[in-house]
Amino acid sequence: MLDFPRWKVLMLWGVTILVALASLPSLCSVAGLTWPSALPSPMINLGLDLAGGSHILLEADPSQVRQQRLEAMDESVRNKLKTTDATIRISDISNNNGSLTFLVEDVTKVDAVREAILPLTSGAGLTGQRDWNIQVVDGNRFVLTPTQEGIDQAVSQAMDTAVEVVRKRIDGLGTKEPTILRQGAQRIVVQVPGLQDPQQLKALLGQTAKLEFKLVDQSALPSDLARGIAPVGSQIVPYADPKTGGAPIAVKRLGGIRGDELTNAQAGNNPQTNEPVVNITFNTEGGAKFAKLTTQNVGKPFAIILDGKVLSAPNINEPILGGSAQISGHFTAESAGQLAISLRSGALPVDLKVVEERTVGPDLGADSIRKGVIAMAVGTLALVVFIIATYGRLGVYACVALVMNMLMILGVMATIGATLTLPGIAGFVLTIGAAVDANVLINERIREERHRGRRVVAAVETGYKEASRAIFDANVTNVIAAVLMASFGTGPVKGFAVVLMIGIATSVYTSMWLTRMWVAQWLRRARPTDLHL
Amino acid sequence: MKLLKLVPDNTNIHFLKWRVPFYFGSLLLMAASLGLVFTKGLNLGVDFVGGQMIRVTFERSAEAPVADLRSEVAKLGYGEPIIQRYGKPNEISIRMKLPEGAEHDAAQSDKMARTITADIKSHHADARIDGVDSVSGKVSKELGWDAFKALGFAALAVAAYIWMRFEWQFGIGALFSLVHDVVLTLGMFALTQMEFDLNIVAALLTLIGYSLNDTIVVYDRVRENLKKYRKMPLPELLDLSVNETLARTIVTSLSMLITLVALLAFGPEVIFGFTAAITLGIFVGTYSSIYMAAPILIWLKVNPKSFVPTETALEKQERLAREGA
Repeated sequence: MLDFPRWKVLMLWGVTILVALASLPSLCSVAGLTWPSALPSPMINLGLDLAGGSHILLEADPSQVRQQRLEAMDESVRNKLKTTDATIRISDISNNNGSLTFLVEDVTKVDAVREAILPLTSGAGLTGQRDWNIQVVDGNRFVLTPTQEGIDQAVSQAMDTAVEVVRKRIDGLGTKEPTILRQGAQRIVVQVPGLQDPQQLKALLGQTAKLEFKLVDQSALPSDLARGIAPVGSQIVPYADPKTGGAPIAVKRLGGIRGDELTNAQAGNNPQTNEPVVNITFNTEGGAKFAKLTTQNVGKPFAIILDGKVLSAPNINEPILGGSAQISGHFTAESAGQLAISLRSGALPVDLKVVEERTVGPDLGADSIRKGVIAMAVGTLALVVFIIATYGRLGVYACVALVMNMLMILGVMATIGATLTLPGIAGFVLTIGAAVDANVLINERIREERHRGRRVVAAVETGYKEASRAIFDANVTNVIAAVLMASFGTGPVKGFAVVLMIGIATSVYTSMWLTRMWVAQWLRRARPTDLHL
Repeated sequence: MKLLKLVPDNTNIHFLKWRVPFYFGSLLLMAASLGLVFTKGLNLGVDFVGGQMIRVTFERSAEAPVADLRSEVAKLGYGEPIIQRYGKPNEISIRMKLPEGAEHDAAQSDKMARTITADIKSHHADARIDGVDSVSGKVSKELGWDAFKALGFAALAVAAYIWMRFEWQFGIGALFSLVHDVVLTLGMFALTQMEFDLNIVAALLTLIGYSLNDTIVVYDRVRENLKKYRKMPLPELLDLSVNETLARTIVTSLSMLITLVALLAFGPEVIFGFTAAITLGIFVGTYSSIYMAAPILIWLKVNPKSFVPTETALEKQERLAREGA
């Protein structure tokens, strides 16, 4: 137990110094000194509660994904049947009650229809997963119901896309180092350090930015529209701003263009009216579709729809062949800029709602760090005096180990890029108090063994050996609590748990290994016949 | 140099002589704490009930104008605010329920926060807004449930670990003593009406880990002594174990308290409640390791046989021979 060959001594010192050194850049920055930039500089991240900034939790609505899938399936089935066999006629199509239903008019074609749509219903990839269940009831009515696995997968994909879109939008705002993480099945956490006013950010993330160009159904009677009745194949869409736009209009469901085929979107001004507008540029495919739509419908109005609301419904005066267009819709300069960012980063596949928001001012954090440092200094000093007064030489070893422990915690945190939070400061101070426990246990045991008449070396050996069992058990229970804490709660609490876990590991190392090495070296050097305890 | 000795050598205090009255007292305290929690209730923060919380520091005032604020904020039409000091007298938190419909409407809850902060700033030039938290009802319910689960799992997991390392009686003793610590801490929060938020749950989890340290040290010594003194009556053996570890218990608890008191006195005010919870827990934990965790071993009839290695065939032969003779 007390045998420390040279290589072991070198290794222990090497690890300690290396890890402790990693804490220096962070300590320098707290002390207001500059760390030479030529050297590697691992830094401890400050959590939002210390650095100030905004934390926003967004939640998606999975039922929306379900409806989108139904609508997409509706369109795919129609297209598929049209291209496979022009003689197939289907009717009474509905996607409203959680499944897609339609009638095949010619009963003899039922098998052919089933054959044709079967490939549409299996999942992507090689898993053989079925995304849709097909049922035929009453001989010729098809019922396509999405399976839970299919929906789960679709939600998961939608969330992945949503995270990307959110990231692009926040980058578009030019904010620094945002953290964007998916949390659970349908949530996204956004953290932006330093952001004091999250209103703009929330407005940007709250916009789905699904842009559509659809033909206005001019056959709709205003009286029907007022009662909410749309002609077959059309739907009623309200104006985004009824004051400037007017009453809701009917647009044709099919044959429109989606705004996701864009290569660029920029806010600008209409040269004639000087009104803020958004200039968009289609990609090749979108440009071709847009050219076709405008060529075939010259003289008719078409609606520019954003997130289910009409921005404007201008007449097509002439075919637009250049692949670019201008969207007007009573924008302000700010809302035009926001829409441009949203369009550039693509539409969100699902609507996101803010369910939790925390903003912390910048002064509170700086204040807390300063107070935390003071509390730590006072606590450590008092503790050092107490421990040395109680244990003498062995107490000095315990205290040096304690200081090493503090440096190593910071060093490990800097190296793994852990985040220091407000409760984390408390965790750090608490760890200091708890870390001496191991040495107290050991020293008390040594004292006991000396009273029982053991020689110094034997007493020290027994002390370390017998105490290690309780130290081990106590630390395991602490780790259990810390792990459960890390699995629960928000950033600050997690930060606390991380500090605790690192502290448990480093304190076992410093209080059991380092102090033992120092005691062993002293015993060998001085060969004391009595221990002053 | 004379070293500091808080606990004299070879103490022989009969702790367990008073186990019944102490146990009774502890149970009474626990009942009182639970009673307080159920009657007075915990002052739950927005983390657990949802709503909006705004933290404000009045930088040039010695004391926050709580009464003025209450009437000013109430006039804005968002309902009665809960205004509470935390840490220094010039630091307060204002808590409000979100109005109907604003639960999921970011724009509305945003507007509310803006209106309130603008109003405060217009009346008080030295007001510094330190933070705004908005938590929807759904998220707060989840957080509450998650907190409950984490605490339950942690308590059961550490008890199971003790059971595994010692014996089932020790597991139950550990569970009982940490339930005691957590319940008394909850009682303190009900009594003082300090705000109970996510951080406090983290403090309780910490407590579950750390208040058990003392218990483990005592138990470890009990196990050792059970093997060493096979014939000693259990109460006497427990007393011996507690006395032998007393110096360590006192020195460690004092070390923790030194740092925690430094944190309470000089540390950031925002985590005052958090530190207070841990401090009380450590204090209570030291007591419960002696008076809760140890006596339960008597009542659950721990005996030395639990820790004696099963005898080998040779030993059995010898024993039979002895008994025969």
